[in-house]
Amino acid sequence: MEKIAVRNSGYQISRGRISRVTLLTETERLFTIVLQNNETLDHDPGQFVEVSRFGVGEVPISICSSPTRRDAFELCIRAAGRVTAALHRLKPGDEVGIRGPFGVGFPMTPLAASDVLLIAGGLGIAPLRSLVHYIIDNRRDFGKVDILLGCRDPQSMLFSAELEFWRQRIDINFLCSVDSAAAEWEGNIGLITALIPGVNLDPFKTIAITCGPSVMYRFVIAELLKKGIPPAHIYLSLERHMKCGLGKCGHCQIENLYCCQDGPVFSYPQIKNIRGALE
Amino acid sequence: MSGVLLYKSELCGLIHFLVADQTVIAPVPLTHGQFKFAAVTTLEEIALDAIPTLLPPKKYFLPPQESLLQYDTTQGEKMQAEVAIEETVLFGLHTCDLAGIQCLDMVFADRPKDLHYMIRKQHFTLIGLECNDYCDSSANCAMLFNHLPKGGYDLFLTDLGDYYFVDINTHKGDLLVEKSGLFVPVTPAAQDNLQKLRQIKTKRFKSEIPIRYQDIKPLFEASFESNVWTDIGAKCLACGNCTNACPTCYCFDIVDEPEFDLTRGKRLRIWDSCQHENFARIAGGENFRKERGDRQRHRYNRKFHYPMERYKQIFCTGCGRCSRTCMARIDLKETFNALIEECR
Repeated sequence: MEKIAVRNSGYQISRGRISRVTLLTETERLFTIVLQNNETLDHDPGQFVEVSRFGVGEVPISICSSPTRRDAFELCIRAAGRVTAALHRLKPGDEVGIRGPFGVGFPMTPLAASDVLLIAGGLGIAPLRSLVHYIIDNRRDFGKVDILLGCRDPQSMLFSAELEFWRQRIDINFLCSVDSAAAEWEGNIGLITALIPGVNLDPFKTIAITCGPSVMYRFVIAELLKKGIPPAHIYLSLERHMKCGLGKCGHCQIENLYCCQDGPVFSYPQIKNIRGALE
Repeated sequence: MSGVLLYKSELCGLIHFLVADQTVIAPVPLTHGQFKFAAVTTLEEIALDAIPTLLPPKKYFLPPQESLLQYDTTQGEKMQAEVAIEETVLFGLHTCDLAGIQCLDMVFADRPKDLHYMIRKQHFTLIGLECNDYCDSSANCAMLFNHLPKGGYDLFLTDLGDYYFVDINTHKGDLLVEKSGLFVPVTPAAQDNLQKLRQIKTKRFKSEIPIRYQDIKPLFEASFESNVWTDIGAKCLACGNCTNACPTCYCFDIVDEPEFDLTRGKRLRIWDSCQHENFARIAGGENFRKERGDRQRHRYNRKFHYPMERYKQIFCTGCGRCSRTCMARIDLKETFNALIEECR
């Protein structure tokens, strides 16, 4: 059999060099990556890339930096499996393979000029961070901004230094709640859904975006609807194993939708009746 | 395009002509009344009366294992995307096989296009062979109108006794007819005989399941919560035979295969199955199709429901392979009848 080269194959990678590794928690690290020839990734907030090391494999990771910061991009990676554990062993100067960006990101056009309510649970802060940075860099394009964050305990909180910066900004209302904490914790304790009723918002001017584990969505959506936010103003990012990123391999399929191409960000009406999307 | 005739005495010559400069693949007999597609060099090896082969011809377009990239990490993450090609003739494709290939074409040509598949596909010549009667009772081709040729071939042969009526569908087919010099012009009698055969077939092939084509998708929409899926799930062994044998199943995994020095290797695409337990599992351990019944329901919906929305096409060809191959005897026609019964 003859082998011929494929130009513009969907599977070919761009070489990315790790310029910095930041330890966030025991299980999460932040990788700053520069593409070969200083190319720009050119992504939308909410999109993801396929990251790989040859010989180990490839995993989909959401981009957690804003496209407004063009010289590098960032990925927050939790060591959850074989490939991510191998990625955690990498040091600055090491290379990774990058494919993408893939998928539909957050609805940037409707978001501009709206009030924005962002609700993140756990690692869900990573994709939302790309949007938060985007908003901070274009702050005047957006209305009121509320950010709600929920996580297990204060130790598992990601980007804590940055969160302090968000908290101190007068043009962002940042609230955070943990499921449990030691006595010296000064913040809220409880589920993230408990924070929603207290947010002062105009439901028709607000677009709500939520990102977190799938168990969280049903409860968060119920609270948002209770606030009077129209269903079409609610967006969420779904987590599936996007193996190929090209809408072919079938792993991320939810009924007739491919999370990698049709999502990962969906509007609530888009998936409300899709069984298996929100369970 | 037009038709020509090929006398049966010339079929041997046609195979001889084809093998001269390319690989010829055709159904060959196995034991237990089974068949497979394999490389042949003479007419004698070919089973012209084959029922659908164990594995469908997709194994040539989407090999069980194929290299997407060659990599070399001695100086960073270097790679080259590649595709293995070979000039190949697939001979003796039934109408169900051709329908399956058309489905795969649709998927891989859908944007973003899969160039590996599309480049490889260009190097194939497809020669169909009409089934004049049913292969066995597992088939449900008539229900999906796949018992008649619907394109997707270069040449298509219909057995009319002493000769084959040959429909030419593409320029490639035209060139083959011209270069081989084995074909003769169509006679009015042959046209008549073809019409007669098709009329006989219309009587012979009746929808195997009491449902109209347009009612199939609504049936699956209505039966999502049906107990039929739980029942099938209780029988299913999650082995993935049905998806391997399906001519339109194309789910895959991507894995790296390093060489012994660990610096070089290949990134492979290998067949995967939505019936396997870990198929829809994500890193945190959550599994979106945990039960076997969920996964069987997903498989059926991926044939009869979801592609109707995405491609306006049912992705079952009616070949019957999934029913024939199932170790737990999950039968497509029985499943349908149970769903119809329940939704009545």
